[in-house]
Amino acid sequence: MDQARIRNFSIIAHIDHGKSTLADRILELTEAVSAREMREQVLDTMELERERGITIKAQAVRVPWKGHELNLIDTPGHVDFTYEVSRSLQACEGALLVVDAAQGIEAQTLANAYLAIENGLEIVPVANKIDLPAADPDATAVEVADLLGDDPARVLRISAKTGDGVADVLDAIVERMPAPDGDPEAPARALVFDSSYDQYRGVLAFVRVVDGSFATREGLRTMATDTRFDAEELGVFSPAMTPVEQLSVGEVGYVVTGLKDVSSLRVGDTLTSVRRPAEKALPGYKDVKPMVFAGLFPTDSDDYPELRDALERLKLNDAALVYEPETSQALGFGFRCGFLGLLHMEIVRERLEREFDLDLLVTAPNVAYRVKEKDGDLVEVHNPSEFPREIEEVEEPYVAASIIVPKEHVGAVMELNNDRRGTFGKLEYLSPERVHLTYELPLAEIVLDYYDQLKSRTRGYASFDYDVAGFKPGELVRVDVLVGGEPVDALSLIVHRQFAYDRGRLLVDRLREEIPRQMFDIPIQAAIGSRVIARETVKAKRKDVLAKCYGGDITRKRKLLEKQKAGKKRMKQVGSVEVPQEAFLAVLNIGQGQKS
Amino acid sequence: MSTIRHLYLHLPFCAHRCGYCDFVTATGRDHLHGAYVDALLRELEEEHDGSPVDTIFLGGGTPTFTALPELLRLLRALPTARELTVEANPETVTPELARELRAAGVNRVSLGAQTFQPHLLRVLERRATPADVESAFGRLREAGFDNLSLDLIYGIPGQTPDQLAADLERAIALGPEHISAYELEAKPGTRFTIAHGAELERQAEQMEDYFERVVATLTGAGYRWYETANFCREGKRAEHNLGYWLGRDYLGLGVGAVSTLEGERRRNTPRLAKYLQGRYDREIELLDDGTRARERLMLGLRLDEPLPLRGLRRALDAEGLARAERLGLAVDGGETLALTERGRFLGGAVTAEIVA
Repeated sequence: MDQARIRNFSIIAHIDHGKSTLADRILELTEAVSAREMREQVLDTMELERERGITIKAQAVRVPWKGHELNLIDTPGHVDFTYEVSRSLQACEGALLVVDAAQGIEAQTLANAYLAIENGLEIVPVANKIDLPAADPDATAVEVADLLGDDPARVLRISAKTGDGVADVLDAIVERMPAPDGDPEAPARALVFDSSYDQYRGVLAFVRVVDGSFATREGLRTMATDTRFDAEELGVFSPAMTPVEQLSVGEVGYVVTGLKDVSSLRVGDTLTSVRRPAEKALPGYKDVKPMVFAGLFPTDSDDYPELRDALERLKLNDAALVYEPETSQALGFGFRCGFLGLLHMEIVRERLEREFDLDLLVTAPNVAYRVKEKDGDLVEVHNPSEFPREIEEVEEPYVAASIIVPKEHVGAVMELNNDRRGTFGKLEYLSPERVHLTYELPLAEIVLDYYDQLKSRTRGYASFDYDVAGFKPGELVRVDVLVGGEPVDALSLIVHRQFAYDRGRLLVDRLREEIPRQMFDIPIQAAIGSRVIARETVKAKRKDVLAKCYGGDITRKRKLLEKQKAGKKRMKQVGSVEVPQEAFLAVLNIGQGQKS
Repeated sequence: MSTIRHLYLHLPFCAHRCGYCDFVTATGRDHLHGAYVDALLRELEEEHDGSPVDTIFLGGGTPTFTALPELLRLLRALPTARELTVEANPETVTPELARELRAAGVNRVSLGAQTFQPHLLRVLERRATPADVESAFGRLREAGFDNLSLDLIYGIPGQTPDQLAADLERAIALGPEHISAYELEAKPGTRFTIAHGAELERQAEQMEDYFERVVATLTGAGYRWYETANFCREGKRAEHNLGYWLGRDYLGLGVGAVSTLEGERRRNTPRLAKYLQGRYDREIELLDDGTRARERLMLGLRLDEPLPLRGLRRALDAEGLARAERLGLAVDGGETLALTERGRFLGGAVTAEIVA
């Protein structure tokens, strides 16, 4: 295809603002898919995504329009995947910014819109859902135009649901967005903007050709990780996988690599030819590091092998997921897992429970800490139980948070952010009613119940987005929980010194309620190092006998005994203390709250 | 047929079914006493060759509520035994009954006193008054019984610690050879439990104190705490019940009665009409070696004497036993296993710890 007739674009939208519906209409209108063939939302492939209304993995679809070739590159819709979004956007020249005309701009839209602007994309604003009675397309157009420094008249007004205005969107893509400008004669370079794993064909790379062209069976290599493979097949999605002999400059498609490990092909890496390699990789590649960590343990320790297999399989399609075996005295064998963020963690957990039918215990999530030890060594700590007791200094990750909220809730949001050690950035009015607030917050303060709090304090009206913004020193301490004098590794946590007492007290009180009385006194303590900050005792029981037992009672009493014994075996052993699984669950649930 | 050493006979008839009772009982069936004794004797003949046994226990129900001629007819047909116990409710003990029992060879009576507080007796729906208990006791003594046992219940809705202390004091004052003191067991879902729910919960919180008080008071008065819930003057253990606790076989006859014979436990139908027709409809439970060993541990550790461990080692959880020893609750003597005093207060939990 003539380079000048190619348009590569993404759709930026908040969840439920109509991205998938618009994509469906585009596919219908361009007859890339017949109505009969069409699943309700073609781009969302996974059941889970469909249910959560979000898209986890990007894909690309080629559609024809009036003699042009349009490539729609789907972007993940959540904050945890900012890097992936940025790579998808880098593969485009333009983006549709879709805003629900009844809702207005949301924080996530804003964040991704800025990302698109930073990537130099031509943005075509679209006010969607104009068919809704509550829609206010004029106000939305002003809000969006304000954000982009554009003319409200250029904001398209459509209803993806009814199809009204969708053809205008396609025309605007052709007219307003530039064609790709790569050099067809230069050594081949392609941006890997996503990858996926197919059990028969291995790793599939989704690529945007930036310079030159690639041919089938050509020897290729990645420039950052230096992975080499032969292009077993090149192709495009239209929307079914369609093999092509060649992918040329400006085009978007897939490469069947035959690789068995997604981690050898990283998003953001540059693909080039072995025979005539490019000299410089494309900018922007990052080795994405997980920021949020939690221990995953099977509720039934017999399920450990199943959990291991399930993680291996998830990992095939999720290069961002990292895990290593972890042994907890209290919870047995499990894995320490690293996630891009909270949503990523939730997705992994739900997939493990749903697709693999596993019952999991998840420890309270924590962030990555950079610790300088007394002897000067620097270590990165992902697990509170590995947090050194003697430290010189510790740094924790911070995020730049962006919150959009109706003005009457500004006070509540500020109060919440102050409670969470936030530093105020700026406040601006997006419209007379809606305020955009920025804060710098420790990531640790939002991994617990921040979303819930934000939602409940703003009656659900706040929208929130964040981006990790580096590490800063903090007054952080490790709080250990000791049961019967034994530290319970799974319950250790790292908190800011100002919260240590309250958190310790809460844990200790909760455990005292949950641990049944046993044959001896059980002290329950929270401690920072050797200093106990909270203490309770589960008093020993003084009597445990079956009242009477004669000839007619023996079977029933024996069954009671067997039940009692079986109950003991289900308990987790901390030293000589038997702790019911439910006690850990109750304690791990403190502050973990419901996920948004 | 094995040599049976312990014989139990169940006499289900009662004037009234007490709210907390969960035994097989029959009320308003007074015309059936004769037929029932016939049925019992028939079953006895089927199951036993008439040779002497060590102990016989007549339990109920209220054995002494059975029409006296029928009761005596039964007693006279029984094989000879070293210990022959009959359970009695105080209000049924007339001077005549006491004399006749004695004459029929009964040498031990277990008297269901439960409490000496009139209002608590009413809560339990017992018919006797405290005075009945004392006069029944006197009449039995007069008839020549030198081995009497009193049953007490504690944790009764409305009971106070002082009232328990008073009960213990009055029981001791009567000077029985044996005292059984039971925690009130209220079965979930029974009308008693429903009627007294909240108060039963309050009582449950007191049980630790009550149990400690019972043991301390009775041992202080010179009784031997020889089984979890049983106390005796030296040499006056309940030989029949000891048979259960030592894991011996026993033959139980009558409606709802349980036998354990050569690794088989069976329960007769609890339905009187069926039993009277000789339809026992026995529910059979086969006890494998492991089960028998667990039962031996469970029962044997209720006693104050060390439990001989011969053949029982494999039924022990070695780690659990080590823990129990570390906590000072049990002593592994190699050949025997014993609970310490504190271990006996926690006997159920310790057994669960120790058993494999």
